Amino acid sequence: MAKLILSMDGLVLKEIPLAKERTSIGRKPHNDIQIDNLAVSGEHAVIVTILSDSFLEDLGSTNGTLVNGNPIKKHFLQNNDIIELGKYKLKFVGEAAAAAGAEKADFEKTMVLRPSAMKAAAEQARAMAGGGAQAAVAARSTAVQQAAASAAATGIADKEAKPAPAAAPAPAAAPAPAPRPAQPLGAIQLISGANAGKEMELAKPLTTLGKPGVQVAVLTRRPQGYFITHVEGANRPNVNGQQIGAAPHPLKDHDVIELAGVKVEFFLKG
Amino acid sequence: MDLTQALEIASCTDPGMVRSHNEDSIASNAASGLVVLADGMGGYNAGEVASGMATTVITTELQQILAGVGPNQIDPQTNQEIAARLVRDQVLKANSSIYQAAQSQPQYAGMGTTLVLCLFFDNRVLVAHLGDSRLYLSRGGSFKQVTRDHSLLQEQIDSGLITAEQAKNAQHKNLVTKALGIDPSVEPEIHEYPTRPGDIYLLCSDGLCDMVDDADIGMTLQALGGNLNLAAQQLVQMANDNGGRDNVSVILVRVLREYPAARGVMAKVFAWLK
Repeated sequence: MAKLILSMDGLVLKEIPLAKERTSIGRKPHNDIQIDNLAVSGEHAVIVTILSDSFLEDLGSTNGTLVNGNPIKKHFLQNNDIIELGKYKLKFVGEAAAAAGAEKADFEKTMVLRPSAMKAAAEQARAMAGGGAQAAVAARSTAVQQAAASAAATGIADKEAKPAPAAAPAPAAAPAPAPRPAQPLGAIQLISGANAGKEMELAKPLTTLGKPGVQVAVLTRRPQGYFITHVEGANRPNVNGQQIGAAPHPLKDHDVIELAGVKVEFFLKG
Repeated sequence: MDLTQALEIASCTDPGMVRSHNEDSIASNAASGLVVLADGMGGYNAGEVASGMATTVITTELQQILAGVGPNQIDPQTNQEIAARLVRDQVLKANSSIYQAAQSQPQYAGMGTTLVLCLFFDNRVLVAHLGDSRLYLSRGGSFKQVTRDHSLLQEQIDSGLITAEQAKNAQHKNLVTKALGIDPSVEPEIHEYPTRPGDIYLLCSDGLCDMVDDADIGMTLQALGGNLNLAAQQLVQMANDNGGRDNVSVILVRVLREYPAARGVMAKVFAWLK
């Protein structure tokens, strides 16, 4: 949820979440944000929040409303905008920024978008795509935010029953895939047969050995190390003279694998 | 027609490394040539309920109907084969069951599920899907995605806003635009493709394709195609080794031989005898 931070002379007075669709600001006590100062009009301004967008409107105040130093009548609030009413300052913190500070939405879990909200968001995104890359990026993030907000609004519960995600963080901040732990590279060397001495690095997640239809085993590269698993054939491969079971068999440095009549040595490269 | 001799099916489902429970649901029946995979969503255990309802309703109903009629029979009303209509009807039925449960019981409010379904008959496969669960095909040396996700990301790719490359790192992979049980009505995407002996079909939830590159999935099917069970387990293991942030489910179907539907005089005699 977006919020306002009220301050005077650099001193933070309070934080106000923009929970309502209409948040009024003024000197009189019925306002949602009351600022008891003679420079502030009775009904000074109002902030209208629709989904993730907030608009500030001056209600014909005597001394006017400034945003980032410029007098405004109506203004589409952006993250970090400073609203000034007399000596008081209100800093606007947008939904995305507010959410990033709070709980980060879980973006792994599948959620559904309402097609209607989708279309509106997509159209808006498309319309703004014409206005250059910057605009496109902005549109995309709004589209996602709106989508997420509407998904939340329409009661799409999320899987862990956490509060529905408030907003989508900027698309640039993609989650980095879990880093693979550093793992020594393995290789195999043929020690019998016509190609004895030939070496092969095991850089791929899996490498098959053997003759299809006769005997095939697969060497898999995993974070824990290398494993050999029997794939097909009547006989299972031997490791150091012992036949392996049906389950994946972990490989150690200098293990000798025997299958389809060929011996290969497995070793780890420095 | 019993397809047990024509299809080999292997499946594996796992909660992954992060989540405590599995909201994916899978079902298969080689005899009727039917495989179904669903990835549920919704708070508490509602996701499991939604995906479980989807697979159960669709498989039990379709199995019963298919025991009586062949999917390639001509529907007298539309003059077309009944397969597509049968599948669509059952998907809609599952949709309304889930939707009604979600409406009537507060703990299930907002639940829904993705769906990918294959019905094999007459040397063809009928594919119905909703959401971001996928069907891939490994044929000869090629490996390609058959279904197109109903997701915000896919729409952005289609409209040219982002490239497929950027999509890999996108933040909102999880937002689907169509799902079962969310709205009172839904229109599944249904297509039909010819199959060939040797084809391997892979149905998977986004827990696999988000965690493992398509190239690695293709390579695994290529390398371990000889042992479908092992291939299924290997795929799940790869997803978990890469982080396993979501539930992972895979169903593999290999076409062992041709399975043309019985036609001509004999078929008519059999139909008449029934």
